[in-house]
Amino acid sequence: MSTATVCLSHLLEEQRALEDYQGGIPRWCKGCGDNAILAAVQRLCRDEGLRPEKTVFVSGIGCSSRLPHYMRTYGFHGIHGRAFPIAEGIKMARPDLHVFVNTGDGDCCSIGAAHWIHAIRYNMNITVLLHDNHIYGLTKKQASPTSPLGTKSNTTPRGAYLDALNPLTVTLGIQNVSFVAQAVDWIPESLYHIVTAAFRHRGFSFVRVLQRCPEFVGNMFETWVHDPQRMLMVTHENGVQVSPALQKIYRNQRVHDPSDIHRAREIASGEDPIPVGILYRNPEVPCYEDLRRAGMLRTAGAIKTSLEAEFDKFTVWP
Amino acid sequence: MNAAVETMGSRRVAKKVVTLEEHVVEIMSDSGEGAQKCGQSFGSIAARMGNGVWTVEIIPAEIQPPARSVAGASGNRIRIGSKRVTNGGDEADLVIAFNEQVLLGRLNAGELRPGCIILLESMWGDSPDPKIVRQYVETRDRLLEEGYRVHEVPMENECRKLVSDPRKGKNMFVLGMLCNLYSLDMDLARDQIAFIFGKKAEKVIRSNVALLEAGHAWAEENLEFGFRVPAVRATEPQLVINGNTAIALGVVASGMDICAMYPITPATSASHYLSEMFERSGGIVHQAEDEIAACAFAIGASYAGKVAVTITSGPGYSLKQEAIGLAVMAEIPLVVVNVQRGGPSTGQPTKSEQNDLFTTMFGSHGDAPKVVIAASSIEDCFYSMITARRIAETFNMVVVVLSDASLATAQQPFPRPQFSEDWLAPPIDQNPVPEGAKPYDWDPITGLSRRIVPGQPGGMHTLTGLAHDRSSRVAYDPEINEQGMHARSLKLAALQRMLAPPKVFGDEEGDLLVVGWGSTKGAIEESVERLRAEGHKVSSLHLNFLQPMPGGIKEILQRFKQVMTVEGNWSDHPDDPLIDETNRRYSALATLLRARYLVDVDCWTETRGRPIKPGSICNELRRRLAREEFRR
Repeated sequence: MSTATVCLSHLLEEQRALEDYQGGIPRWCKGCGDNAILAAVQRLCRDEGLRPEKTVFVSGIGCSSRLPHYMRTYGFHGIHGRAFPIAEGIKMARPDLHVFVNTGDGDCCSIGAAHWIHAIRYNMNITVLLHDNHIYGLTKKQASPTSPLGTKSNTTPRGAYLDALNPLTVTLGIQNVSFVAQAVDWIPESLYHIVTAAFRHRGFSFVRVLQRCPEFVGNMFETWVHDPQRMLMVTHENGVQVSPALQKIYRNQRVHDPSDIHRAREIASGEDPIPVGILYRNPEVPCYEDLRRAGMLRTAGAIKTSLEAEFDKFTVWP
Repeated sequence: MNAAVETMGSRRVAKKVVTLEEHVVEIMSDSGEGAQKCGQSFGSIAARMGNGVWTVEIIPAEIQPPARSVAGASGNRIRIGSKRVTNGGDEADLVIAFNEQVLLGRLNAGELRPGCIILLESMWGDSPDPKIVRQYVETRDRLLEEGYRVHEVPMENECRKLVSDPRKGKNMFVLGMLCNLYSLDMDLARDQIAFIFGKKAEKVIRSNVALLEAGHAWAEENLEFGFRVPAVRATEPQLVINGNTAIALGVVASGMDICAMYPITPATSASHYLSEMFERSGGIVHQAEDEIAACAFAIGASYAGKVAVTITSGPGYSLKQEAIGLAVMAEIPLVVVNVQRGGPSTGQPTKSEQNDLFTTMFGSHGDAPKVVIAASSIEDCFYSMITARRIAETFNMVVVVLSDASLATAQQPFPRPQFSEDWLAPPIDQNPVPEGAKPYDWDPITGLSRRIVPGQPGGMHTLTGLAHDRSSRVAYDPEINEQGMHARSLKLAALQRMLAPPKVFGDEEGDLLVVGWGSTKGAIEESVERLRAEGHKVSSLHLNFLQPMPGGIKEILQRFKQVMTVEGNWSDHPDDPLIDETNRRYSALATLLRARYLVDVDCWTETRGRPIKPGSICNELRRRLAREEFRR
């Protein structure tokens, strides 16, 4: 066989189907937006040719965080709010792994808020999907930080008392932010393109996915789902493009250069219409793992030499 | 005191040099005046001469406390002896104080031996501020009245003859005085100055050597007493470091290369030192945004193939508990260091306590078995890290190493370790996983399962803190839940089978056995030695492994008429009006021994924020041994 044939046969071997990334059968509710997110990441894995053994999906606790169980990659279903620091530890130890974080609006924006802020600042090369359904699902309908004012829930029977937190503007406000995008579960094609762009960005890629929870807040996004004019498709030659088919439906479009953070903040603060696309991208922000691992040489010899040198400093010779 | 008295001529006063077995010296100053550096240098010189040495830092809680204040006292306590010294000892025999206020705190805390020698800076008596003069005179007169041997020393005035700013450098003058008083080798002292100021200009070293020599000459001329603590030079090189440095060196020696931490007293200096060391040996100290993140980060790194460490103290440990439970449940190797401080809550950050035993053994909700090791000496702090990493990796378990504030800053020489490549962690396994291998393939006898690490082809699974089956699938099945519990628990028994029974210090049987753990080892064993010299049948047992406890302990306990623990934690006083056998809260180790071995174990504890003194233990043991049942 020629070298070219060998390479080709390797390539074919490496070719994987969607099934190769499918783990357990999803146990989310019927119509749950998480299914769309799962489909998008499985497609991403296949199309980007990710080796399942080199890929880790990390999550916290909540409906969103069940996602790793439905992948046939490595997965780490952690504890509530702590997916970020777990993922950071993995990435620091093993920069060769593709690390994803799946988190929810309670997991990320409430109990894990401190970690979220600092994860943005560390800017490690991790792809983050915030499954934002504006409600606590797994614990049966309590208000979350992103529940709109007035949302009725088991802990807010008269409606949520406070204005909702906007995860996009928060993320865009943190030093070292390098990638922020928004997608919605009901436009799978754009969701896929945005998630792909996030994965390809080297740094902390934060994608907020607005996601429907038919069980507890069934009509949360109803008006937007049914009125494409209330969606704002953010496009740019350096961002994501909207396909001709989608352009026919989603006519409300805006060209936005993702390197413009001021404009990004302005778009991010708009809630109606809902912006969809890449709001900000800066590939120049250094990744924490690169800064920390630079020049790191670690051999038994180096350990011995440095230990003996330290011992010398403190040794009392006879 | 040994009565070998020498008299030497050619000075203003006849100098009497008394030979001693040991002495406890304290150097007290305002923060920033260099008493720490002086004390550590004194200890190092004595150690190089072959003396047994134990030094303890006396640290104020504030960074820049007001000058001349009781709370601002900063200093160093040095115990030097002819033989190996294993603890800080009893009350001080000689104190050098840079002002009378810093001395007061020590006096009021009962840290000075009756009749103790005090060398007091005399400049305050000539202060233009009448309030200072009054304070100085009042304190001096009180000390004299109470029988202390006070010598007023014009330290600053003498230093001013050599340097323009005597506040910097007075400590080296004092070091010179100490070298004279304790007949230390001045060449070694000059070497020591060259070592500590090594990075600075030659001029600085010369100026400090001049101060050293001036101090020596002044003491030679003006103090009519001196001491000699005979020393036997060690035959092998000794390392002189504190407990936190030993932990950091142990981390490197164990092959761990990721430490995630959050600043907390008194643990942080271990991470400071580790940050420095990793620059050369290769490794990362990640200062996380909080204690929880530090633990979760370490867990992530361990999951990805390392054994990572997180170093903290009590409040931080409490915060890590949930994450530690995750590591237990998912069987991820992890090393956690808890340098204990006073608690509960913020407690006494700079003070020592042994109150975290229960929380480390039983903390985290649910049944969360983990290994707990307590370091009992500085040397132990080093080797415990190597042991901890290996156990964590072999058993896929959380290993907690307990130290405390008194080990953290104490220094004691111990034989220089001989590096071995066996200490290091093996490389991360990236081989394909055999067909059908499961991530939790629990062995029915040992509970052990293989470790599968991301990157290994064929090993893909999702690890979870939920109850799971052998394939790591979420399972609420009653049978599977118990299988997991069973396996995680069995691992402790499997480890226990590998542990050697602890050795009794003293005779194998007798009237009283004192059991301890952690930093109290030196003081307990010294007390036992003293009482045995008095003819008492006392022995002691020190436990390094608290969970699991090694075999053979019950048999040892049963060979003694009475068993008690001595610990630095709380226990109710049996004499309190409301306290009786049915409600008394025993100390942690006593509770554990009573529960496990059904032996009547009593306890005596102290939570005074300082290391327990051998003298205090002796008094308590004598009181017990004087009871009827021991008279014959």
